Amino acid sequence: MPPSPENSPNAVISESAVAAAVEAALAAIAAAGDTAQLKAAKSAHAGEASPLAALNATLRDVPADQKAALGALVGRARAQVGQALAAREAELAEAEETARLAAEAIDVTAIPPRSLPGARHPLSTLMEQMSDIFIAMGWEVAEGPELENEWFNFDALNMDADHPARGTQDTFFVEPEERHLLLRTQTSPVQVRSLLDRGVPLYVVSPGRVFRKDELDATHTPVFHQLEGIAIDKGLTMAHLRGTLEHLARAVIGEGARIRLRPNYFPFTEPSAELDVWHPTFKDGPRWIEWGGCGMVNPNVLRAAGIDPEVYQGFAFGMGIERTLMFRNGVQDMRDMVEGDVRFSQQFGMVV
Amino acid sequence: MRIPLSWLREHVDVPTSGDARADADALHAALVKVGLEEEDVHGAALTGPIVVGQVLEFVEEPQANGKTIRWCQVQTGPGEVRGIVCGARNFHVGDKVVVTLPGAVLPGPFPIAARKTYGHVSDGMIASSRELGLGDDHDGILRLTTLGLDPEVGTDAIALLGLDDIAVEVNVTPDRGYALSIRGIAREYSHSTGSVFRDPAALPTSPAEGFRVVVDDRAPIRGRRGCDAFVTRVVRGIDQSRPTPPWMSSRLQLAGIRSISLVVDITNYVMLELGQPIHAYDLAALQGGITVRRAAPGETLETLDGQTRTLHDEDLLITDESGPIGLAGVMGGASTEISASTIDVLIEAAHFEAVSIARTSRRHKLPSEASRRFARGVDPLVAEPAAQRVVDLLVELAGGTVDTLGSRWIDAVLPAPIHLPEGAVDRLIGVDFSLDEITDTLTAIGCRLDVQTDGWQVTPPSWRPDLVDAPSLAEEVARIVGYDRIPVELPVAPPGRGLTREQRVRRAVADALAAAGFTEVLAYPFVSLADVALTDGDAPSVALANAFDSDQAQLRRSLLPGLAKIAHRNIARGLTDLAVFEIGHVFQPEAGRAYGVDAVPGIEARPEGPVLDALEHSIPNQPWYLAALLVGDRRPRGIGQTAEPGGVADALAAAHLVAGVAGTALRVEQGAHPALHPGRTAALWAGDVPVGVAGELLPAVAVERDLPRRVGVLELDLDALIAAGSSTVEAGVIAGFPAATQDLSVVVAESVPAGAVRDAVIEGAGDLLESATLVDDYRGTGLEPGTKSLTLALRFRASDRTLTAAEATDAKMAGLAVAADRFGATLRA
Repeated sequence: MPPSPENSPNAVISESAVAAAVEAALAAIAAAGDTAQLKAAKSAHAGEASPLAALNATLRDVPADQKAALGALVGRARAQVGQALAAREAELAEAEETARLAAEAIDVTAIPPRSLPGARHPLSTLMEQMSDIFIAMGWEVAEGPELENEWFNFDALNMDADHPARGTQDTFFVEPEERHLLLRTQTSPVQVRSLLDRGVPLYVVSPGRVFRKDELDATHTPVFHQLEGIAIDKGLTMAHLRGTLEHLARAVIGEGARIRLRPNYFPFTEPSAELDVWHPTFKDGPRWIEWGGCGMVNPNVLRAAGIDPEVYQGFAFGMGIERTLMFRNGVQDMRDMVEGDVRFSQQFGMVV
Repeated sequence: MRIPLSWLREHVDVPTSGDARADADALHAALVKVGLEEEDVHGAALTGPIVVGQVLEFVEEPQANGKTIRWCQVQTGPGEVRGIVCGARNFHVGDKVVVTLPGAVLPGPFPIAARKTYGHVSDGMIASSRELGLGDDHDGILRLTTLGLDPEVGTDAIALLGLDDIAVEVNVTPDRGYALSIRGIAREYSHSTGSVFRDPAALPTSPAEGFRVVVDDRAPIRGRRGCDAFVTRVVRGIDQSRPTPPWMSSRLQLAGIRSISLVVDITNYVMLELGQPIHAYDLAALQGGITVRRAAPGETLETLDGQTRTLHDEDLLITDESGPIGLAGVMGGASTEISASTIDVLIEAAHFEAVSIARTSRRHKLPSEASRRFARGVDPLVAEPAAQRVVDLLVELAGGTVDTLGSRWIDAVLPAPIHLPEGAVDRLIGVDFSLDEITDTLTAIGCRLDVQTDGWQVTPPSWRPDLVDAPSLAEEVARIVGYDRIPVELPVAPPGRGLTREQRVRRAVADALAAAGFTEVLAYPFVSLADVALTDGDAPSVALANAFDSDQAQLRRSLLPGLAKIAHRNIARGLTDLAVFEIGHVFQPEAGRAYGVDAVPGIEARPEGPVLDALEHSIPNQPWYLAALLVGDRRPRGIGQTAEPGGVADALAAAHLVAGVAGTALRVEQGAHPALHPGRTAALWAGDVPVGVAGELLPAVAVERDLPRRVGVLELDLDALIAAGSSTVEAGVIAGFPAATQDLSVVVAESVPAGAVRDAVIEGAGDLLESATLVDDYRGTGLEPGTKSLTLALRFRASDRTLTAAEATDAKMAGLAVAADRFGATLRA
C-alpha cells in the first residue's frame, strides 16, 4: 500500500483525513482475497502504524474544545474499520471452509462394507417369536435335555414299550439300547419334567430340537425343531385349547388366520385332534395347512406326574418349526434350513 | 385302509353322483370328520366303451422285428366284426375277451383309437388283466373263461368286471383297529352322515363241533392270555379249478391285496370285510387237533414265506401233533399251507392278544395284514360270524360242502363298564351338549348305557377296547357331534416370570454376534469318533445304536466339527469369507460312568423319589455351548480398503463380546487345545472358572477338512459363562474430576505374556488407575536380546479430588513394582 500524506506521522487530524483513512482501509479490506492478504490489510490500516492510529495519536495536540468531537470521529472510524475486518474475516473463513469441504468430498456410493453381514437363523428367531407370544400371556418357556431317558419321552406320555404308536416314531436309540436312553422324538418330555418339577397350575411352552430317523430330503430332516405347549389348571377345556391355538395362529401367520381341529389319535391326549391352520396369504392362494397335533392331556399322563386328574385337567399342543417356516415364509426345501449355507440365514437378517 | 366304494355300499348307503371321483372326495370328507385321515384314491381310472368280444378267426403274421402278431376278426356286437391287431398268443378262436373300443381310456391314461399298425388298421384293442387294472397278471390277454364267465358278446365289460369301482384310502390311527375293515368304516361313515349301517357280521351261524382245540398259555405277557377266542370250521370238497370271481378279485385289487387263489382270496376278503384275520389249513396235512401255546426254547418253524424261523419263548404258536404249524396271528406255516391239491379246508378265526402279536411281529420282522390288525385290536366276538362267512363263500364260490366238524371256544375279555358322570363330557370339551347328544352318540357307536343317579354306566362294544375312561367317551361325543362345535376361549394364566436370565442372555448373545457380522447356523449333532478325539482327546462320547451312518454315530462333545463341516460346504459353494456361529447342546459323558437305567417305572403314579432321581441322573451332562468360526476375510476388499483376514483376534473379540453380554469379563491366558495351533490358543477364564478357548485351528486339521490354513475359532461353555456373569450390577460413582494420563514402558523377557504384565500393573497401581491399555510391544535396538518393551497407556482418576501428577506417578510406579516383583520388569530407559 503506497504511503499517502495522511499516513505521515505529522498528519493533521480533520474530518476529511479520517474519512480518507477509512476509505483506504475499507478498500484494502475488500480487496483482500485470502486470510493472509486480510492480515496485511489489518496491519496496515488498523495496526499501530496505521493512518488511523497516527490520527488518533494527534488527538492529544488538538484544542480541548474539539477533543471530544474529534475523538468520537476517530472512534467511529476505527470501529467501522474493525467491523469491516471481522466481516471480511468471517467471509473468507467460510469460503475457505467451503473450499476445504469441497476438496474432501468422496463418492459415498463407493464406500465398502467394514465387515461381513451377520444374521440369526430364522428357525431360532421364529421359535423366539412364538415363545414371546406365550410369554405375553403369562406362560413360561421350559427347556430340557435332548438326550433323554425313554421314560420321559414315551412311558410317561402314556406310550409304554408295547404301545402300537411307539413304533411309529422312528427313534434314535443310544448304545446300549437296553439302558433306555434315546434322542427325544418330541419336546413333550419337557412337559413331563415340568409337571413333575413345577406342579400345577402349569402353563409352559417348550421349544427345541427333536430327532426322528427320517432321511434328509426336501420335506424331512432327522433333526428338527418343535414348539409344544401344555396348560394344566382347574377347569381348562378344549375351548381353551382352541382359543390358545387361534391366538397363536393369528400372531404367527396374520390376522386372517384361523384354525380347524380334526379328530385324531395321540396316546398322551384324549380327545386328540389334528390342527390345521387357514393361511389367507399363502403364496399359492389361501388354503388349509396341516400344522400340528393337540388335545386334552390324558389322565394317565397326569397320574404319572402325581397330579390328580379329578381336580386338574388341561391341554397340550405341538407343531414343527421347520414346517411353520416353510409355509409362513415360502421356504421351498427343508435342506436349506439344515445345510448352513450362510445365504439362507442372511436373507432373513435379524427378523423372520 | 383302502375301501372300494361298491363294497362299502353293501353295508351303508353312500350317495352316488354319477362321478366316481366326486363320490370318493365326498366319502373322504365324511371320514375325515370322524377322524379317519385322507390318504389317497385308487382305481376308476378308465372309461369305455369296453365290451365283451369273441374271437372269430385270426392270422399269425411274423414281423420284421422278430415278433409275431395276430390279425384277428373279433365280434363285438350283433353284426359288428372288427379287425384288431394283437401281440399276445394265449387265446383261441371262440374265446370271449375284453375289447377296448376306440374312445375308451385305460389307466395310464392310455387312450384307445383306431390306428394303423403292422400293416392293418386295428379297430380297438384286446385287453390284458393288467391293462384293465385288474391285477399284475401279464401272461397275455384276459380270457373270460378263466374267470368262469361266458357273457353275451357286446356286454359292457366295465360293469361285468367291476372296473368302474373306486377305492378311497384312509389312515387308521392305532387305537381304532376295528376300522381296518369295511365293517368298521361303514359304521364310521354312518356316524359321520347318519346313513343307516347294515352290520355284515350279523349273519346266522351254524354250529360245528368235534375238532379238538386246546389253548394252553402258561406264560401270559403282562398278565394277559395270548388267546381268548378260537373258532374252527371245516369245508370239504373244494374245487380248486374254480377262479376267483371278477367282483372279488377287483375288490381285493382295489383294496391293495393281490389275488392268489380262490381259497386264499376268500380268507382275505372276509378279513377285509369284517376285520377278522382268517387262516385256512389243508385239513389233510393237519396231524391231530390244534394246541395254542408259547414256543419252547430252540423250536423252529418254516413260515409261508419259505423262511425257517427260530422261535422265542414269548412267541404264541399254533401247533398240532407234528409241532409248530403257525405263528399265531402273524403268519401260517408251510407244512399245512393250502396247495393246489387241497380238497378239505380247516378255517381258523381266533382272537389273539395285541401285545403278544405285536412283539412277535416285531421280533421276526414280519408285519402282516393279520398282525397289524391284532396289534391294534380285533373285535373278539366277530370270530364266529367271520368263520361262518368264509364257510358260506367256500360253499357258494368254491363248490365246497359244509361239515359239522369244527370247534367254538370264546372266553373273550370284553371292555369293562365305565362310569360317566353327568357333566363330565361338557367339563372336558367345553361344549353344552344336550343329554340326547351324549346318549345318542354313545349308543350309536355301540355302547350300552345304564342310567345311574349321577350319570351313566357305559359298557363299550366288543370292538372298542380303546374306550377305557370318561375322557375317551367324551372324545367320541365330541368327534361325532363335531369338533366345530367347540367354542373359542382364551385361558388366563397366572402372572409369569418372563424369560429366565439364561434364556435372555442366550438370545442377547446370539443377537450380538449376528449384529457383529456372524451368521447363525444349526449343525446336526452327529460326529465321528475322529471328531471327538480331535476336540476332546480320549474323553468318552455318546454313541447312537442306530445311526444312519456308522461313521457319524457319536453325539458331539464340541460344536467345532459341525462348524468346520458347514464352513467347508459354504466354501465349496464359493462363499469363501465366513464368520459363522452356533449355540447348541453338546453331550459330555464322564469317563467311567454308566448312564441309563436297567428298567423304567410304570405310570400308575408318580415314581418314588429315588426312582425319579435315578431317571433324572441317567443322562449325561448336556450344556449349552457357543462356537464361532472365521475363514477368509473379516473385512472385505473394497474401494480404498484392503481386505483384512479374519482370525484369532476376531475370535477373541467375539469371546469378549459374548462375555460382556453375559455380564462378565474374560481373563485371557496362553492356552492349549488338541485341535488348535499350539502357539495361537487363548484359554478363557471367567474368574477362576475355565469357560472356553479362542484360537486358530491346527493348520493340518484345517487342510484335512478342505479349509484354508488359517481358521479362527472360538468355543465357550455358555452355561458356565452365564453362571459366572452377574445378573444385577452394583452401580459405582462416575467421578467428574480430571483424569491424569501417563504412559508406562517396561522391559521384560520376551516370554512374559503381555496380559500378565498388564494384570500386575493393574494390581499394583490400585484404585486410582481407571484404565490400562497395552499400546506397544517393541523389540530390537536399544534392548537386551531376548527382552521386549511393553508400553501401557494408563489413565488415573480420583473420585474425590483433582489428582496431582505426583500422585499419578506414584500409582504408576507402584504398578511397576508388582510387575518387577513378578517378572523382573524394569522401567525402560
